[in-house]
Amino acid sequence: METINKKKLKDTLVAYAFMAPALLILVVFVFYPIVYSLPLGFYNYSVVGETKFIGFDNFKRLFADGDFWIAFKNSCLFIIVVPILQLLSILIALMMNRKLKGTTLFRVLYYIPVVTSMVAVSIIWKFIFDPDGLINAILLRWHLISSPIQFLFDTKLALPTLMAVTIWQGLGYYMMLYLAGLQSIPEELSEAATIDGANGWHTFWKIKLPLLQPYIWFCSLISVIAAIGVFDVVFTMTDGGPDKSTYVINYYSYRQAFSILDFGYSAAIGLVLGVVTTIFSIFLFIYGKKGGGSIYE
Amino acid sequence: MNSKKTVKDIIGTVLLYTALIIIAIVCSGPFIWLLASSFKGAEDIYTLSIIPKEFSLQNYREVFSLLSVGTMLWNSVIITVGGILIDIVFSSLCAYPLAKIDFYGKKLVSTSLIATMIIPAAAGLVVNYLTISRLQLMDNFLGVILPNSVAVFSIILLRQSYMAIPGEIIESARIDGAKELKIWRIIMLPQIMPSIATIVIMDFIGKWNTFLWPLIVLDVDKYPVATGLKYLSGQFNYKFGNVAAGTVFAVIPIIIVFIAFQKYYINTMAGAIKG
Repeated sequence: METINKKKLKDTLVAYAFMAPALLILVVFVFYPIVYSLPLGFYNYSVVGETKFIGFDNFKRLFADGDFWIAFKNSCLFIIVVPILQLLSILIALMMNRKLKGTTLFRVLYYIPVVTSMVAVSIIWKFIFDPDGLINAILLRWHLISSPIQFLFDTKLALPTLMAVTIWQGLGYYMMLYLAGLQSIPEELSEAATIDGANGWHTFWKIKLPLLQPYIWFCSLISVIAAIGVFDVVFTMTDGGPDKSTYVINYYSYRQAFSILDFGYSAAIGLVLGVVTTIFSIFLFIYGKKGGGSIYE
Repeated sequence: MNSKKTVKDIIGTVLLYTALIIIAIVCSGPFIWLLASSFKGAEDIYTLSIIPKEFSLQNYREVFSLLSVGTMLWNSVIITVGGILIDIVFSSLCAYPLAKIDFYGKKLVSTSLIATMIIPAAAGLVVNYLTISRLQLMDNFLGVILPNSVAVFSIILLRQSYMAIPGEIIESARIDGAKELKIWRIIMLPQIMPSIATIVIMDFIGKWNTFLWPLIVLDVDKYPVATGLKYLSGQFNYKFGNVAAGTVFAVIPIIIVFIAFQKYYINTMAGAIKG
């Protein structure tokens, strides 16, 4: 039986003294927002009016809110990004996973979009996709189109355009993760297979792909969570437009809070997203542990 | 037979390099084009050529008169450096007992930290906005810095590097009667420097690029570069050349830091799931 021993009690004091500053900040700005988000969704909280508990009213309103459903649909559509992004990243990682000169330079060039601010990225791409921009100028010069394509100003094209930018910005990141995965595969395995007469295609399907599987799961889950929670690219490039065609859940929630100052309703919208995200995160957590990921240890 | 194989190999290598170069152009070309555009004159800006017809600093002059670029850069530095300092000092203190001291509630603290990585704050922006208003930190740099300062990820990363340090060193120091704070400062801290370097780089990139929270908390005169650019590009009648020049200021520091430390940075990002 364990008795409270004096040494451990003293150590406990020392430990909390060490942790106090960080924990104070985390409690106020990380734990509290997680916990308080839940009740907030059940309140009519606005800056001007009186705050009162309204039960499920925010959620009832949400189900009848056409704009919310546009946002919900678009956030789900954004998941289309995931398979394309993962496939391209794996392909590039396979190309990079050879003893070639200059791979460090390529790594850097592929990774630059990942580390650049979304604001800068949005400015560059807004101009490239502009009716007077780079892409249209090239297409017009080659006579592939007769009038400029309204990438960001067409309700049908705006969302796919944002997806393209998202794929472009994510390539370097996922490629790097897959490359780490490929490099963890012992070289002897592929060599042995080659000696046994397997061609490159065969070694990929039978050896590399199965061993890469944990990475594919992990990356896909991260990517799905990012896709349904997409915000930055919408906020910086289209502001939800044209005509609400790029509303996504996170953007709609932000708008309700900081344009309309309806904090309770914004929280209710956020909670819907929060539930979905948590489910995927739990999978990620379980998988991360199984796949030997150390991040959650 | 042998030479045939070599020819095939050469063609393969050439094709591979071609593909890698095309991808590189797609990924980084837009930045080169941005840089080129920032040096183009007004009549030149819509042409396709990468090399400006006439090398002009007009855009830079104009953006300096339009925005207080110097102030914005300084604001970015305050926000970035402030956040990094708080993160590395507080996180490295916090991670130490989690790795090396046996105390009551250890399991609870670790589990809670991990939980924050799984459960999102559904209305995080709103709640933190309300908190910052109540603390009267609106339009104050602290209001921007504090909420995003200490990162759970940093604590977890540092805890792992503390755990790699052999326990005997600490035990012998404890027997010699050294206080924990002294043990931490003299024995532990130097050992975790590589991890701290990684956190500094990751934080630098994250905090330099942040634009939304400063937009919510600060007034225009305190905007960092990223937020200022969002503000500028949101204006109706901006000139692309000006915005391009402004964007160069937001991008260059990040690219320099990234290239200088890319080995550290990329390895950590990849190592996080490699374990």
